[in-house]
Amino acid sequence: MIDIRNLVKQFGPFTAVDNISFSVAKGEVLGFLGPNGAGKSTTMKMLCGFLNPTAGEISVMGHNVESDPLAAKACIGYLPEGAPTYADMTPRSFLEFAADVRGLSGKERHHRLGKVIDQVNIRDVLEQPIDTLSKGYKRRVGLAQAILHDPPILVLDEPTDGLDPNQKHEVRGLIQAMAPNKAIIISTHILEEVEAICSRAIIIARGRIVAEGHPEGDPDAGWRIGDIIAGPGRLDAAFRDVTQARTPAHAA
Amino acid sequence: MKTMLAVFRRELAGYFSTPVAYVFIVVFLFTAGVFTFYLGNFFERGQADLKAFFLFHPWLYLFFLPAIAMRLWAEERKSGTIELLLTLPIPLWAAVLGKFLAAWAFAGIALALTFPLWLTVNWLGTPDNGVILAGYVGSLLMAGSYLAIGSCLSAVTRNQVIAFVISVLVCFIFTVSGAPIVLSFFEGWAPRLIVDTVASFSFLGHFSAITDGVIDLRDLVFFLSLIAVWLYATAIVVDFKKAG
Repeated sequence: MIDIRNLVKQFGPFTAVDNISFSVAKGEVLGFLGPNGAGKSTTMKMLCGFLNPTAGEISVMGHNVESDPLAAKACIGYLPEGAPTYADMTPRSFLEFAADVRGLSGKERHHRLGKVIDQVNIRDVLEQPIDTLSKGYKRRVGLAQAILHDPPILVLDEPTDGLDPNQKHEVRGLIQAMAPNKAIIISTHILEEVEAICSRAIIIARGRIVAEGHPEGDPDAGWRIGDIIAGPGRLDAAFRDVTQARTPAHAA
Repeated sequence: MKTMLAVFRRELAGYFSTPVAYVFIVVFLFTAGVFTFYLGNFFERGQADLKAFFLFHPWLYLFFLPAIAMRLWAEERKSGTIELLLTLPIPLWAAVLGKFLAAWAFAGIALALTFPLWLTVNWLGTPDNGVILAGYVGSLLMAGSYLAIGSCLSAVTRNQVIAFVISVLVCFIFTVSGAPIVLSFFEGWAPRLIVDTVASFSFLGHFSAITDGVIDLRDLVFFLSLIAVWLYATAIVVDFKKAG
């Protein structure tokens, strides 16, 4: 459902994303891993049509993001990095704005609004200005906006950043519950999160894919990252191996 | 169209969600009143019209309207919500137009609240209400022009103060471009055609023609095309900046 081919993004002389290709199918939760500045957010911004790629092609549900941006954007729910929301609005008016833009109306609109408000658990704060809310609530309001129209594609840039352990657990549960009917990409640097919810992982460093990973058979066998097999809970070490060992090779 | 309305509603509600809107309206009405009665000698003129009121609009707008327009895009860029706005399925023109129309509607509300002046002249005498209506139409069109300029310059920077200062400067140039001080700068060396072109960009010239009660098609076309050009420029700037 998401198909990215030879994606390149340059900012002046700096290459932020360097020839990345991958695809995500329905039912998959792809973990997008990498050190800060590796190009994760830039890739997501291009996927969602905010930045224009320097080269390469992105197709979302068969719609080319550059030539048919509105159709592509309509299929995507996107939580940008830092979950920006309009600070002077209340969560209710913010979600109603999103519903207007998404063209939801009548019963369906009412149903979807009620459903996402319960899913992310923000009913208590619906009438408070967003800038008075805690970080965790703000993030959940952003998440509610992303899943409001029940999109087939979900792109979440660090969805659990700033949440407390209970909230993290809830959000992960929510993502898992939605996973069977969607193609989901989440970026994170919390590796236990990858183990908990992802069905596949891509590790990028300096704009390139340095390794792909997936669980090894049954859940207790750990993950295979590139050539390395990491036991349960040992993903951190494998991540460091892959990103640090490969970086000098690229620099050379 | 629906998405444009959604942007419009959100933006207009945004003005009223903080006390800024009310403070702004009160200060605007107060200043407009002071200018009309003290500087414009509303009573001493002894004439039942609103010329003394409209006379100062370009100068009021010069400072008030960039203050309305400065937040349109600069705030979105500063808070990062521009990424949200531009990844929603909203065509760029709808975002630009929706935001501009919200600012224009807000200015229109402030302008409409000057109606007690209109009541006053009608109570004191028998003014030509057609001329007054023309004045209001002209004032609104001129306000739109200032806001379109402000909208574009707000997209240039993420800092609202810079957006405000640059907007005031550019609006000032457009306001006075027909004045002798500007024209004499060109007259020495530039051909007649250029001097006339510069002079024809003057808001003052077009606006005073309308407040005299003559709604000339050329003046309407001037303001409307100026708005269109600056909004088009806004879209280009927004698109260019995000591609960064």
